[in-house]
Amino acid sequence: MPTILLRQMQKDQSGFITAVKVGGELGRRIRDMGIVPGTRITIMGRAPLYDPVAIRIMGGTLTLRNSEADYIEVDVANPEEKL
Amino acid sequence: MATITIALAGNPNAGKTTLFNTLTGSRQHVGNYPGVTVEKKEGGYTFPSGEHASIIDLPGTYSLTAYSVEEVVARDYLVQEKPDVVINITDASNLERNLYLSTQFLELGVPMVIALNMIDVAQDRGISLDAQKLAELLKVPVIPIIARSGKGTAELMGAALALAKENKPWDPLYISYGEDVDLALQTMAQRITATSFMTENYAPRWLALKYLEGDSQIREKGRAHNPAVDAELQEIVERVSAHLHKTMETYPEAIIADHRYGYIKSVLRQEVITHTFDIDRLHASDRIDKVLTNRFLGPLIMLGVLLGLYKFTFTFSELPVAWLETFFGWAGDNLSSLLPDGHLKSMLISGVIDGMGGVLGFVPLIMFMFFGIAILEDSGYLARVAFMMDRVFRIFGLHGSSVMAYIVSGGIAGGCAVPGVMAARTLRSPRERLATLLTVSFMNCGAKLPVLALLTATFFSNNQAQLMFLLTLLAWGVALTAAKILRLTVLRGDSTPFVMELPPYRFPTFQGLFIHTWERTWQYIKKAGTTILTISILIWAMMTFPGLPASEEENFARQRQEVESLSAQTPEEALQREEKLAAIDSDRAGSGLRHSLAGRLGTAMESVSWLPGFDWRTNIALVGGFAAKEVIVATLGTAYSLGETDPENTASLSETLAKDTHWNPLVAMALIVFVMFYAPCFVTVVCISRESGSWKWGLFSICFNTGFAFLLATLVYQGGRALGFAG
Repeated sequence: MPTILLRQMQKDQSGFITAVKVGGELGRRIRDMGIVPGTRITIMGRAPLYDPVAIRIMGGTLTLRNSEADYIEVDVANPEEKL
Repeated sequence: MATITIALAGNPNAGKTTLFNTLTGSRQHVGNYPGVTVEKKEGGYTFPSGEHASIIDLPGTYSLTAYSVEEVVARDYLVQEKPDVVINITDASNLERNLYLSTQFLELGVPMVIALNMIDVAQDRGISLDAQKLAELLKVPVIPIIARSGKGTAELMGAALALAKENKPWDPLYISYGEDVDLALQTMAQRITATSFMTENYAPRWLALKYLEGDSQIREKGRAHNPAVDAELQEIVERVSAHLHKTMETYPEAIIADHRYGYIKSVLRQEVITHTFDIDRLHASDRIDKVLTNRFLGPLIMLGVLLGLYKFTFTFSELPVAWLETFFGWAGDNLSSLLPDGHLKSMLISGVIDGMGGVLGFVPLIMFMFFGIAILEDSGYLARVAFMMDRVFRIFGLHGSSVMAYIVSGGIAGGCAVPGVMAARTLRSPRERLATLLTVSFMNCGAKLPVLALLTATFFSNNQAQLMFLLTLLAWGVALTAAKILRLTVLRGDSTPFVMELPPYRFPTFQGLFIHTWERTWQYIKKAGTTILTISILIWAMMTFPGLPASEEENFARQRQEVESLSAQTPEEALQREEKLAAIDSDRAGSGLRHSLAGRLGTAMESVSWLPGFDWRTNIALVGGFAAKEVIVATLGTAYSLGETDPENTASLSETLAKDTHWNPLVAMALIVFVMFYAPCFVTVVCISRESGSWKWGLFSICFNTGFAFLLATLVYQGGRALGFAG
């Protein structure tokens, strides 16, 4: 199962979140915004200096810094499979 | 019948404010929650039946667990004030995430109606929703609405009224969080019930849940309420955490969030939501983003937009500002001809009228700036600015949204720190916001420009333009460095997570824009106005009292008499006499100023101000500059006994400075640096205090900036002398 970090994903690439490995304030904030395992995620683009990254999740667009994206693991094998 | 209270709650960008405006129109009242800077908006609504409701617009949040002040404020309101009904407004095109907050309301048990807002946008995106089905599954009324046009709001309010009349006790929803967490919740709830631990305000299971989620506010309250029980609960939390970490490498709050989303998914899967299109389909908003956040075009367009905002604010406000100035000038002249000479007249003109002029003179600026920012904010562009600028500003411990405040304050020379400080409101993260608030005043605002222009024209006339440009760059460099210093010292702490929404682009509604602009402008007039007037009178008194001793007054009066008694036959002689009289008056004003409290302060400060090379005259001018930076030039004129110096016309002052042996380019440079970075004018200080919620920060900005400027100016002067630039 090719699981990679969110930071390594390419523009327009999709996948399913497998893990969010952070607790505390940041972890709570990330989950509040809908970034939880089992959710489909697509990279919409990156800011001019490649950071932060914009993602599409649950029908909305969110932004994350790369340092924050490092806690999120994504399975990019079959993005269409569970649709 | 008694008025019912309805709280509006929902995610940011779900259309909460639009619904609030639609429901209450202009019947709004804006205040603050006690102790915090979060706005508290209340409004009235009348049902067709004639019954009244008081509507409270709670701050937009994504969750009810303490993360920022907004969450704490929203939650405290619900728990302590117990509104009759909560209207939970959700974005129908982004329902899954919006229901996360709804689930937490259900867990709290508060009576609730769900409004599915922007149902039209959802339909355009190929999302169809079965409101009936959702209502059945969640056991709460669900009403589709379009807040912008008011469609469905009557039904929504009807449902809210019906629910309020039922007057049912709160009925919390229990979600299963898996074996480990459920067991812990059960044990903790039992302990809480047995010991009556804060049960007068909170339901036992809900409290236990907050403990497991690591909610700092609830834990603090618990510790204060009963340390023994708190420790006991804390121990259970730690045990579960350790177990979860060992077995599944996860956290209790992660399990809780996952199960909440699981609950939402299980509800939505029961034919509540159907997608007609591929969910990755690009919407109009995404296509706009392809251009506006493009790697090359994006920053260019942003520069254009920010420049446009700046031009808009400062060009369009020019005319009303000039009207106000004319009006206050006219009022001052009239008063001056009506009243006899004396302290009362002087106070009314220099203290009250100039003070009021100072307050109201900023009003057009603030109005235009807030109007411009409201457009950027409501349309969704501001979030894109933050997105593009974040990488740069983060280096200095700031946030992408800080850029706006810096630009308005004078990042493009000639701005104003007062609207700049207020522009920092768009920042949601407290530490970054404070760092921005405290450093925007380093920018070259319009009032510093006459001082800089006078000094550069007098001492660096050959490369004035280049120097002014360099000074703008210097302001940016120093402001960002100062922000970094603050973030490493007094405002130390991790950067606030940048997890932020990029809302779809929308056309702002005119009603929203006007209410937004008016509300903030009025707050400024009301709150800042009184304080500024008081300080203005105080500064006037400092520069007037104590007056010259009687002997000196007599001396000047005698000189005047001598000149007046001279005969003046020809027009030339009459003119000469006038000039002599004016010279005596200027002399008298100069001596008076030196004799006043401000003058004594200036003289006393010479004991330290020799370090950056300032004499007592400069010191007095700098004290006066605390009232408003443009006063520096005028006061310097008075101190040099040149009479009133018009900041627009400084030729005679420039000549005097050029001839004076005390002055040389090095002193001028040290003064330029000092004026750029010392204490902000008191209008800004008042605004900083208001925006940060504490006078402590206003005071801090005075001390920090002055200390910082003193250090830099000393460095310039002493360093320059050591290198032999003393001239």
